Amino acid sequence: MAKPISFTLNGKQVSATADGTRMLAYVLREDLELTGTKVGCGQGLCGACTVLVDGEAVRSCSTSLASVAGKEVTTIEGLGLAEKLHPVQEAFLDHHAFQCGFCTPGMILSAYALLKKTPKPDRRQVAEALDGNLCRCGAHVRILAAVEAAGAKGGTR
Amino acid sequence: MNRRTFLQTTGAVGLFVSFPISLRSQESEKIPSEVPEYPKDFNAYLKIGPDGRVGCFVGKIEMGQGNMTALAMLAAEELNVSLDQVDMLMGDTDLCPWDGGTWGSLSIWQFGPVLRGAAAETKAVLVQMASEKLGIAAERLQVKDGVVSSLGDASRKVTYGELVQGKQIERHLKDVKVKPVAEFTLVGKEVPRKDGRLKVTGGAKYTADIVPEGTLHAAILRPPAHGAKLLSVDVSAAEKLPGVRVIQAGDLVAALHARSDQAREALGRIKATFQPSPSALSNGTIFEHLLKAAPPAKQLAAKGDLKASEAATIHKVEATYLDNYIAHAPMEPHAAVARWDKGKLTVWASTQAPFLLRSILTKALGLTARNVRVITPFVGGGFGGKGMAPQGVEAARLAKVAGCPVAVVWDRREEFFLDTFRPAGVVKVRAGLDQGGRIVTWEHHATGVGESEAETMYDIPHQRITSAGSWMGGNPAGMHPFGVGAWRAPAANSNVFAKESHMDVLAAKAGVDPVAFRLSHLKEPRMIVALETVEKAFGWTRKPGPTGRGFGVACANHRDTMVAAMAEVAVDKKTGVVKVKRVVLAQDMGVVVHPDGARQQVEGCVVMGLGYSLLEEIRFKNGQVLDENFDTYQLPRFSQMPTIETILIPNPNVPAQGGGEPAIVVMGALIANAIHDALGVRLLQMPMTPERIKQALKA
Ligand code: FES
Ligand code: FES
Repeated sequence: MAKPISFTLNGKQVSATADGTRMLAYVLREDLELTGTKVGCGQGLCGACTVLVDGEAVRSCSTSLASVAGKEVTTIEGLGLAEKLHPVQEAFLDHHAFQCGFCTPGMILSAYALLKKTPKPDRRQVAEALDGNLCRCGAHVRILAAVEAAGAKGGTR
Repeated sequence: MNRRTFLQTTGAVGLFVSFPISLRSQESEKIPSEVPEYPKDFNAYLKIGPDGRVGCFVGKIEMGQGNMTALAMLAAEELNVSLDQVDMLMGDTDLCPWDGGTWGSLSIWQFGPVLRGAAAETKAVLVQMASEKLGIAAERLQVKDGVVSSLGDASRKVTYGELVQGKQIERHLKDVKVKPVAEFTLVGKEVPRKDGRLKVTGGAKYTADIVPEGTLHAAILRPPAHGAKLLSVDVSAAEKLPGVRVIQAGDLVAALHARSDQAREALGRIKATFQPSPSALSNGTIFEHLLKAAPPAKQLAAKGDLKASEAATIHKVEATYLDNYIAHAPMEPHAAVARWDKGKLTVWASTQAPFLLRSILTKALGLTARNVRVITPFVGGGFGGKGMAPQGVEAARLAKVAGCPVAVVWDRREEFFLDTFRPAGVVKVRAGLDQGGRIVTWEHHATGVGESEAETMYDIPHQRITSAGSWMGGNPAGMHPFGVGAWRAPAANSNVFAKESHMDVLAAKAGVDPVAFRLSHLKEPRMIVALETVEKAFGWTRKPGPTGRGFGVACANHRDTMVAAMAEVAVDKKTGVVKVKRVVLAQDMGVVVHPDGARQQVEGCVVMGLGYSLLEEIRFKNGQVLDENFDTYQLPRFSQMPTIETILIPNPNVPAQGGGEPAIVVMGALIANAIHDALGVRLLQMPMTPERIKQALKA
């Protein structure tokens, strides 16, 4: 059952000794102690647990550990540097695009994945890309503006 | 472990934002007041470190509403320190002064003055101490960024840190006045939120992120329906899984494992049989049931003589407005982590009321307040749904049996099942117009809803306002098939939906533009200003409705905050889908502490209001909650967002009011009125789903 599964996590090689059928969100949070990834629904329905796998935004609550073997996983902790935030994070900060902040890591990573593909999205494209990410606090209009602004400023660097 | 080391090792997991060691070291040995009132001694709220940093201790919690920033601004303003110098510590029952709970938009208007008073006295004491030290009269001193200096010679100065030297301030002064609004230099300014950096980097800790050494995660057995009693349970298959412990403590049956997902898997192997729930109610039969099951009505207001006024009444208009149960659905599910340490219990909990949870824990576990510490990390949304925090008791009980720390984090199904819903309700309004098109009679009867905002703000000579049953409890047993409770602006959403819908019905009957109709019945000057302000910003032109434009208006005086809103909608007649294109909202909330924070709250209210107006409804049958996740229970999404324009009407003459609730109360009627203006049909039940709209069009 539990054998070591290796992947790249935020630029570093890691290996998790766990059952490969376990979902990545729990391995990240509990085995690897990166709690920036949040679990809001556990069924791929809210986007709080979004991480990047090889640059694509995926729901880590519904992505098995085995499926990321050998791949590159990025969580919110891996996005910026301690001294310097990533431009998408900057934009969220500037626009106050969060309230309780629980959806924020997933929002930022979803936005990052969008900007990689579509560097200068318009509001409709942002809305479409983030439509599966829920925010109960209603920070939506801020988030839309932040992602648009991050795009206009040069996106993901 | 003495308090000092305890604080140093565990303080960082509460709502400490970059709290420096220098401040921690002066922690006193006594627990701040166990008495349920705000302490008088400013030392309970404020501590000055030797480096001049200000520790601000408050029993409120930060759940997104921005009070960490707004309260820090109030303290910094009165102390004349920079906002960056203030470190907030919130919601820790061992370190913070008592507080009644974070709800009802009370943080600013009720607690704000307490904190300001404490900070003003602290500053006055410090200036007196500086005056003695520098040998300069207090009137000849100024304070900036925590440095007290001579007005004539800025080089003669002393800092707060030097004055206090890391000690508790013993001196007190009486009757110190807070700053007049005109002298504010920080309050009312745009500042970055203090919780921002942590929240965009993933560094913000929520309860489920706190995992003390040796923690087991618990997955608790729940009945399939409310009222279903456990008959038998077989845990053998679950216990066979490696690393699993099953605990059965009375009604509490749980699978525990060092990993939460594996605890859930084990829970899935527990076989249990339940007696079916005795409840035969469903969302189809609930309104009829509520009218029968409600307690006797209470009269809230009465004026004039309804009977006698009949003679003057030309048109009588009566309607019944319906509201369903809705969920709080915060993105962060309820969570608690409990740890016992030599008879002392520490519980980290996602709660809006840490001191209430402390007293619930002391009772449930037979402890004294001294032996219970509740720490509240960041809370991922509450909206009234995290007042009681029963998961805290669950975690504490399980940890006691398990002999190790236990984390209880509800999954989404539990969140929907155990929520204390906004109650379903029925509001009947009956009103009469006279010859001249003025409202002469107004009767409002709310069932199940609650009292807030039941009364009308309009100038109507004959009225009677009654209410039967409430979200607050005190209802006859079995009135609601599950728990109900406060939901952001409790009762007001349902009452204002009825009242402001009915105002439009009357305006249409009178053949008068709905804005003009409201203005002719309003007395409160601040409300009139708000309505005229939004009218101008929106570009409303006055015409009797329905006009086909899809324009709606609604307003409310919510606890002395004036809200007037307008919306534009487009409705697809074939599909019944409503697209809200824009919302413009003017709000007079008195002094605004943090304008951008206030605007965020308004936007949040608008979005959450769109949810209850158009999408949200709990479906249930025989005690079973049929909505279990976000596939069937729909929250507003990005593609449904209107543009939102918020106008804060400056009003230095009214003390700062809360901003977390007022704007949400107008949303139901606002959307109903806009739909009526677009289609000429009146929706009497929320949410105004495509099906209900199509049905109304057919009728
Ligand atoms: S927690 Fe994974 S999508 Fe909601
Ligand atoms: S900020 Fe609270 S859920 Fe989005």
